[in-house]
Amino acid sequence: MLYALFGAVESGIIYAIMALGVYLTFRVLDFPDLTVDGSFVTGAGVAAISIVNGVSPIVATLLAIAAGFLAGCVTGLLHTKGKINALLSGILMMIALYSINLRIMGRPNVSLNNQDTIFSQLREVWPVGIDEFLGGMFTAVGSRAPATWVIVFFMIIVTLGIKFLADYFLKTEVGLALRATGDNQRMIRSFSANTDNLIILGVGISNALVALAGALIAQLGGFADASMGIGMIVIGLASVIIGEALFGKRTIMITTLAVVCGAVIYRIVVTIALRVDFLDAGDMKMITAFIVMLALVAPRIMQAQKDKKRRLQKRAALEQVREGA
Amino acid sequence: MLHVTDVSITFNEGTPDEKKALQDINLELQEGDFVTVIGSNGAGKSTLMNVISGNLIPDIGEVVISDEKVTMLPEFKRSQFIGRVFQDPMAGTAPSMTIEENLALAYSRIRKRKLIPGVNKQRKAEFRDHLSTLKLGLEDRLNAKVGLLSGGERQALSLLMATFTNPNILLLDEHTAALDPSRAELITNLTKEVVEEYGLTTLMVTHNMQQALDLGNRLIMMDKGQIILDIRGEQKQKLTIEDLLKEFQRIRGQQFESDRAVLG
Ligand SMILES: Nc1ncnc2c1ncn2[C@@H]1O[C@H](COP(=O)(O)OP(=O)(O)OP(=O)(O)O)[C@@H](O)[C@H]1O
Ligand SMILES: [Mg+2]
Repeated sequence: MLYALFGAVESGIIYAIMALGVYLTFRVLDFPDLTVDGSFVTGAGVAAISIVNGVSPIVATLLAIAAGFLAGCVTGLLHTKGKINALLSGILMMIALYSINLRIMGRPNVSLNNQDTIFSQLREVWPVGIDEFLGGMFTAVGSRAPATWVIVFFMIIVTLGIKFLADYFLKTEVGLALRATGDNQRMIRSFSANTDNLIILGVGISNALVALAGALIAQLGGFADASMGIGMIVIGLASVIIGEALFGKRTIMITTLAVVCGAVIYRIVVTIALRVDFLDAGDMKMITAFIVMLALVAPRIMQAQKDKKRRLQKRAALEQVREGA
Repeated sequence: MLHVTDVSITFNEGTPDEKKALQDINLELQEGDFVTVIGSNGAGKSTLMNVISGNLIPDIGEVVISDEKVTMLPEFKRSQFIGRVFQDPMAGTAPSMTIEENLALAYSRIRKRKLIPGVNKQRKAEFRDHLSTLKLGLEDRLNAKVGLLSGGERQALSLLMATFTNPNILLLDEHTAALDPSRAELITNLTKEVVEEYGLTTLMVTHNMQQALDLGNRLIMMDKGQIILDIRGEQKQKLTIEDLLKEFQRIRGQQFESDRAVLG
């Protein structure tokens, strides 16, 4: 169990990068971008095929980021210059990417077995002693020890780094204009902002992050698969919604942290759910849909209950005063 | 400062809904002119504002601002010359962003946006100074989300955002219409103050005839896409609501006659 949870955190912190991308479009830009399902695979595919062809894992990952950025820019272009509805632009791009990804990979599945990845290279420089020491805590409670801790530590640094970068960016002059574009396009145009370019840039950055997550997940799992992106957008949204429901969205910094935590919590919940006897891997999408529904509905029901209780208390108090008089 | 020459615009041309929203409009504003614009619903006042701001491109005619031909310039490029306040208090600000962030957005109207923080200590102090001129206490609420402000407060903020960067032209389209009388008066007074302070060249649409008479040095009346009255200087100061109504009646009556002639 502990071992499985460790795996959930490990991959969750990578998926958090994708969730940040989804947050950027859905929340900041108010642009429901469905490109994600495609660009996640683009990132995975570009990284995998580059690595297989001898490109260094770091460069391969950077290439993946660039490819995702490009895909996002095309979606942005379809919407702003082509005047296609935001949802439809994303869907069109997602469908097109399915074929493009197959072309990139040359086959539906690229294996990274026995290839260098960012993580395998990190493990080479990582002192084994740390793994043994921390793993001891797992074996002490009778659980399997994780193979390495380097991925978790490295990814926490990378993901939080991206989070802080996003926080900074969204407070710059350009970032403020980007947020205003999602908030009130007409207004920000009257303050000299080219909203078309800002939307293209925003959707581009978002998909660059999604592709980065794809590239890292491929290197973690050891393969890229043409269908590994199915339902990614819902997972991204689930992370955003769970995070916001649990930690609030008072400021940008709080919200981005909430999104990161939401992604990890989502993974943990799914992992626990899959341990239930009558559920298996095929039920994953249903579980996801259920979690999102719960995260959307539960806060509202809780608020309604709270209000009801408050009103009842007030009435009771008034009643008492009357009786006393 | 502003030249609008022979501007016409027709919506839905060639359909039963055809609407000549502006017909051969000629308008010239000198630097520092404060022009109030009145006219019935559908007269074309907002359309004229939109043509000047670049929200609409005229079918024919030219718009020149500060000797630069801007007729075809997209709105976002033209806004470096223009400050604008809309009728809807929700329209001029970004509701989910804070007061200081909104001011930072306005601050960048005349500068290229860069990857530097939009709000810093120095700007904060500047924003606070500007806000204090509104006398609404907003200078102590820099980090409040604008969506939480009342309509009047938001409109005051919109007015400040449109003006503190000293635009070449200020466009106000019924910017007090959605407010209750006391708030409307507050915004009207603020408008008078800022326009005087910066000597802004201003075009203000209003449905309130008294307001149109009290403010500015020039008044134009529009009807059916045309400017039918243009009164300035001393003549405007002597003008009364009765004069305006009479004039309106006279011109409307004439047009009614001509309509009947066509029908007959
Ligand atoms: N985008 C558009 N498409 C079609 N018709 C339009 C469009 N914009 C304005 N019109 C029409 O043009 C005419 C002038 O509209 P405009 O908004 O300029 O009037 P206005 O003088 O501002 O009126 P109000 O005092 O009611 O605001 C109206 O008949 C309007 O229906
Ligand atoms: Mg109007």
